[in-house]
Amino acid sequence: MNEVVADRWILDRPNSYIGRSVPRPNAPRLAEGRGTFVDDIELKRMLHATYVRSPYAHARIKSIDPAAAKALPGVVAVVTPQEMAKIHDPWVGVLTHLEGIKSAPQYALPLEKATWQGEAVVAVVANTRATAEDAAALVEIDWEVLPPVTDAETATEGETPLIHNDLGDNQAWQRKADFGDVDAAYADADHVVEETFVFGRHTGVCLESRGLVADFEPSEEQLTVWHNNQCPHMVQNILADKFRLEEHKVRVITRDVGGSFGIKVHTYADEVATVGLSIMLKRPVKYIADRLESFVGDIHARDHRVKGKISVKNDGTITAFEIDDLTGIGPYSMYPRTSGIEANQVVNMIGGPYRFDNYRAVANVVYQNKAMMCQYRAVGHPIKCAVTEGLVDKAAKILGMDPAEFRQKNFHSDDSYPTKSAQGMPFENLSHEECMKKMLEAMDYNALKADRDAKRKDGIYRGIGFASFIEVTNPSAMFYGVGGARISAQDGATLRLDAKGNVFISTGATEQGQGMEAVISQVAATAVGVPPERLKIITGDTEHTPYGGGTWGSRAAGIGGEAVAQAGRQLRVQILEAAAAMLQEDASTLDIRNGVVVDTDTDNERISLDEIGRICYYRPDTLPDGFQAELVATKHYVPRKFPFAFTNGAQASYLEVDVETGFINLINHWCVEDCGTVINPLLVDEQIRGGVVQGLGGALWEECLYDDQGQMLNANMADYLVPMAAELPDIECGHAVSPTSDSDLGAKGAGEAGTCGAPAAVMNALNDALSPFDARMTSMPFTPKKVLQALNKI
Amino acid sequence: MKPAPFAYAKASTLEDALSLLAEHGDDARILAGGQSLMATLNMRLSAPQVLVDINRIDGLAGINDTGDALRIGAMTRHSDVETSDLIAQHAPLIAAAVDHIAHPAIRNRGTFGGSIAFADPAAELPACAMALDATMHIAGLNGERDVPAADFFEGLYETAIQPGEILTGVSIPKIADGWKSGFMELARRRGDYAIIGIAAQAKFDGSTFGDARLVYFNAGDRPVSTPQTAALLNGQGWSDDMAEKLAASLKRELDPPDDLNADGPMRKHLAGVLAKRVLGPMAGA
Repeated sequence: MNEVVADRWILDRPNSYIGRSVPRPNAPRLAEGRGTFVDDIELKRMLHATYVRSPYAHARIKSIDPAAAKALPGVVAVVTPQEMAKIHDPWVGVLTHLEGIKSAPQYALPLEKATWQGEAVVAVVANTRATAEDAAALVEIDWEVLPPVTDAETATEGETPLIHNDLGDNQAWQRKADFGDVDAAYADADHVVEETFVFGRHTGVCLESRGLVADFEPSEEQLTVWHNNQCPHMVQNILADKFRLEEHKVRVITRDVGGSFGIKVHTYADEVATVGLSIMLKRPVKYIADRLESFVGDIHARDHRVKGKISVKNDGTITAFEIDDLTGIGPYSMYPRTSGIEANQVVNMIGGPYRFDNYRAVANVVYQNKAMMCQYRAVGHPIKCAVTEGLVDKAAKILGMDPAEFRQKNFHSDDSYPTKSAQGMPFENLSHEECMKKMLEAMDYNALKADRDAKRKDGIYRGIGFASFIEVTNPSAMFYGVGGARISAQDGATLRLDAKGNVFISTGATEQGQGMEAVISQVAATAVGVPPERLKIITGDTEHTPYGGGTWGSRAAGIGGEAVAQAGRQLRVQILEAAAAMLQEDASTLDIRNGVVVDTDTDNERISLDEIGRICYYRPDTLPDGFQAELVATKHYVPRKFPFAFTNGAQASYLEVDVETGFINLINHWCVEDCGTVINPLLVDEQIRGGVVQGLGGALWEECLYDDQGQMLNANMADYLVPMAAELPDIECGHAVSPTSDSDLGAKGAGEAGTCGAPAAVMNALNDALSPFDARMTSMPFTPKKVLQALNKI
Repeated sequence: MKPAPFAYAKASTLEDALSLLAEHGDDARILAGGQSLMATLNMRLSAPQVLVDINRIDGLAGINDTGDALRIGAMTRHSDVETSDLIAQHAPLIAAAVDHIAHPAIRNRGTFGGSIAFADPAAELPACAMALDATMHIAGLNGERDVPAADFFEGLYETAIQPGEILTGVSIPKIADGWKSGFMELARRRGDYAIIGIAAQAKFDGSTFGDARLVYFNAGDRPVSTPQTAALLNGQGWSDDMAEKLAASLKRELDPPDDLNADGPMRKHLAGVLAKRVLGPMAGA
């Protein structure tokens, strides 16, 4: 039995909003087009920046002639890398807990050479963006084109050119892991099954592209940045550090953010350069990445080649996993999270749902002259899941076992927690068995199999594919902080009762469009005892919110929400102390319900919150001598018992392959997952669905295509295929609920489960559909061309 | 992603537009629906000095019954073609094709004439115009001239429209008794340019083909008619054997290009699949 040490008081509150699909408080404003995104910010004397970007993947900058650009009317400045480097320090994307990772100093604008096609090299500032773009075309750069490093497989071979001479080679990092005795397991196994998996490089296409307005005020050396980053406090720290400013004089404001998905959690050189421009020019400067810039300027993700092995016994027992992962990450490791984390996650999480003792892994992370790679939604998860689940499916097939049954046989059973993975990852309380059982019921698995088999006789090739998974959420300081990154794992919330009995909430968690404000409002309303319409939520401002990590790693609800719960409870206690003083009652006999102080036992109304506000703020003279009302409460929270809250779930895909055209039609998709306490069922389901869609994108459509010269070939919305509604199946969601004991709320994250499992489910369904043929596909995305090639039709 | 500077002139009459084109020559581009032009301007793939806007010229939009044919004004929006009863009744091939053009918001702006005049080899309507033996009406300062579809598409984005001329409309012969049409395309996402597509029209005597025309799009530098393959159908009914013959013939007759989604051999293969899937049902098979 699990030892539940958390106090679940918040789940027992009267008038609870936990577990209800409360509408998002910001939805009407956004739906009416009244959001404030970065490009909506207009300041007096504001200038517009754009960047001359390298047309080459690898080229030395011999000289820059800005004269013609500077002469264009309306141009205010053309800034070279040398000029920019005078006012900032470079950064190096390494973390101490990724032992041995190395990277080169990265500057806002590259000093010697461009190392990927699309790298911003020269800044142009003008009165309008259009003029800046006109001028950018006039900047003359004399390039010495260098041979590019494009193929990760040969990046570290002797004859391959070096991207950074000072590093000595093109290897960014190598991670090895060895647990148990893999060789002995192989010797003892009935089957050792191998497969190589390829994951295309893709990116997260945000509706709102990256952007910022930087405003440096020289008299006070005050820098204010309106930014659509996910982590305002992290940006504050980095900008202060790199521009040698006082941290309290750097203010970062994030208003509405149109999607982030991990794309907006990094230090982008062009954004740092924009801040530098404002400091140099002493005027506000706006930079918005346009769609073409986004494709080569935003981080890319995935791009792994994994050779995997699984060993099994004839009775269906898994005995070992082994992987050899290779990933190319572009020319630098991204700051401050590094570009090693995705490979690290893959190594740490292979085989996650299953009991086995023997594991060996090597991951090689190499530099190449392509756009930079870093953390994107479900970092490493789709890779470790597809490798694990692809191997599991292949092993089940060799053993002649039903793939669902084979999984069920090998799961960590639901009554086995707490336990650890083969890699030593602590699992608090997972529910693989329950999730799979619920999903098989939702799918009507036997009927689905019958449908598939019947259609096959008519030459219609349908397939069913499963993916069980684990997911990292609620990351503690063990994730980045321990490695030296100034990324807050804790989060804080301040709740304040105003004079009308309304509650202001400021939190370090941030809204990216995912609905965090709704979750915060539900938790606060429940914890304090007020209806959500009496709440005002303040986020995304380093001057007005408690210090916090923002939104990443599926943490906003589980960590930010818990801080709000604790602060809400504290404010309730303080309000009741004031009420008790007024009513001459014992505070322990009172509660706040629906915005009114009541007797706990009888629910009789005693005094309203606006009356308490009135008395405390306007007539404190009427309160008993010596009583000072305190109507502001702040609490902070960070997970301490576990380095992260693992969640789990299962997905399934049902699809049809047109074996003449190679087209894949997704018929249905299921996901049953366990994110602990479900605060808002609708938002959780939409997180799952959105995540599934991004996973399907990587499985079927999305890929950053490069030629051998390092040129991205499809850097536009016509040729880079994001998933669209017409091609998507219904996505049915279900839940198991295993709350974490690391918090009272018990919520784990739900942001990445969908993305994690969808590609694996599709891959396994595809191979099930192709099983009548001598065809097996493991290279994503699964395009019609690849399907036809696998079927030997072309 | 801002366009390079350009001048803008709004023409109020056809003569006005033709005069503007004569005045500015190669520096001018016609702005119709902007379906393709606006994107190329913003991406700075084209940088004309002058845009001549023909959106406000009376009489360039609309679908008229001219007896044996429908005359579709050049400025007729795709969405109006899509909802036209005349098109549905008399030009079923166009009706089948039009909702494959991009998405509703784009179809509200994009124009029939713009698609024909732009002559993107991957577009649906040029292939349909070829299959239907449409007639293009082209106006110049010296008056209007007609060009049959077979002579209109001259190459990649190249047509019989001469500098200073404007496409004013397209006449589509009404489908006659005994004729059937078929349309299909393979796009990775609905609304994208197809990997390859087919527009077909044939006369039937019972289930026997006569006078078949097959036109493929995104199969060459212009809509590609395959008369040798079509000839195999004439006087014949549908059979599995016929499907194989057509596929083999198409591999000889087509020389499609490579791009990010497909190479030539894949397009040839898919051309045969499309022929089977479109022509079989047309013959009632």
